[in-house]
Amino acid sequence: MKSRVIVITSGKGGVGKTTTTANLGTALAMMGKRVVMIDTDIGLRNLDVVMGLENRIVFDIVDAVNGHCKLKQALIKDKRFEGLYLLPAAQTKDKTAVSPHQMKNMVNELRKEFDFILVDCPAGIEQGFKNAIAGADKAVVVATPEVSSVRDADRIIGLLEAAGLTQTKLIINRIRSKMVKRGDMMDTGDIIDILAIDLLGVVPEDEAIVVSTNRGEPAVMENMSRAGAAYRRIARRLNGEDVPIYSLEDPENIMDKFKKILKLAR
Amino acid sequence: MSLLEVLSRIFSRESMPSKDIARERLRLVLVHDRATVSPEFLNSLKEDLIKVIRDYLDIDEEALQVNLENEANSIALIANIPVKGFRRKTQEVTST
Repeated sequence: MKSRVIVITSGKGGVGKTTTTANLGTALAMMGKRVVMIDTDIGLRNLDVVMGLENRIVFDIVDAVNGHCKLKQALIKDKRFEGLYLLPAAQTKDKTAVSPHQMKNMVNELRKEFDFILVDCPAGIEQGFKNAIAGADKAVVVATPEVSSVRDADRIIGLLEAAGLTQTKLIINRIRSKMVKRGDMMDTGDIIDILAIDLLGVVPEDEAIVVSTNRGEPAVMENMSRAGAAYRRIARRLNGEDVPIYSLEDPENIMDKFKKILKLAR
Repeated sequence: MSLLEVLSRIFSRESMPSKDIARERLRLVLVHDRATVSPEFLNSLKEDLIKVIRDYLDIDEEALQVNLENEANSIALIANIPVKGFRRKTQEVTST
């Protein structure tokens, strides 16, 4: 299988890039794919703690790029899933420690070993962003249903296009169905209309994300998590499967309907 | 719903669902964000405008100015095109 390099980006910070990377990477590995997740947020690494792998770091991306270690030595194997690896960011350096050219070479090296290479991009549009997108085939933009986040997503989509990444898809994260229903949150249709790009998936707001991040276990491992279920469906779409997208991705709707039927039956 | 509520709903933006306010603000802010155009863009627009207008009017191509201007709620394409004379062809079009 030809490997795919997907950068997960957003422009704005705190919208869920790292959570998305961790969950999609884990979900793809659960599907039997060989996956490496690269944390390119040099100086502010986080993907390691979200994955619960922070105690296993010996070498990092800067060591690998500068030849202080072999690339394979810097990859941390996630023992919970066959074929899942993390390449951690350096914590003590800054974004200029890696160049886009080095990044591209490293990603091409990883293509030989992996089906999916997920690149977790730092917030912002500076060097870290340029590094993260350097070796990517496709981009996934994460946005929350807020004016500031969608505005930044629009800017990022423009920058991605300028860099030759045209098949960008959108994940709308942290959508709250109750607020959407009462007209206090932009819905999927509003955001897609404004940004004019394809939707990859919708992830509902879910407290299970906080719990899973506390534990260092991605929510896709939790069967009851609604966000986890949404991420599992997105992973299948990334793998080319045809999985329908619901505008709220909220199983509560089905439960509500079920309750109504029960009430009617009484 | 009381009469007061009906009236306040009609006259106040407050009663508009906040997502509609968000969408409208976003639409406007993106019009401004996306309007940062390069000089090359404006030049190529200017050249194409000249090509089209030249068939109808005799214009002062040197003095032609094209600009995008930001206003409060919109963006306008402002073109200042001095006309030196009318082409005969224009007269024919109007006479037929």
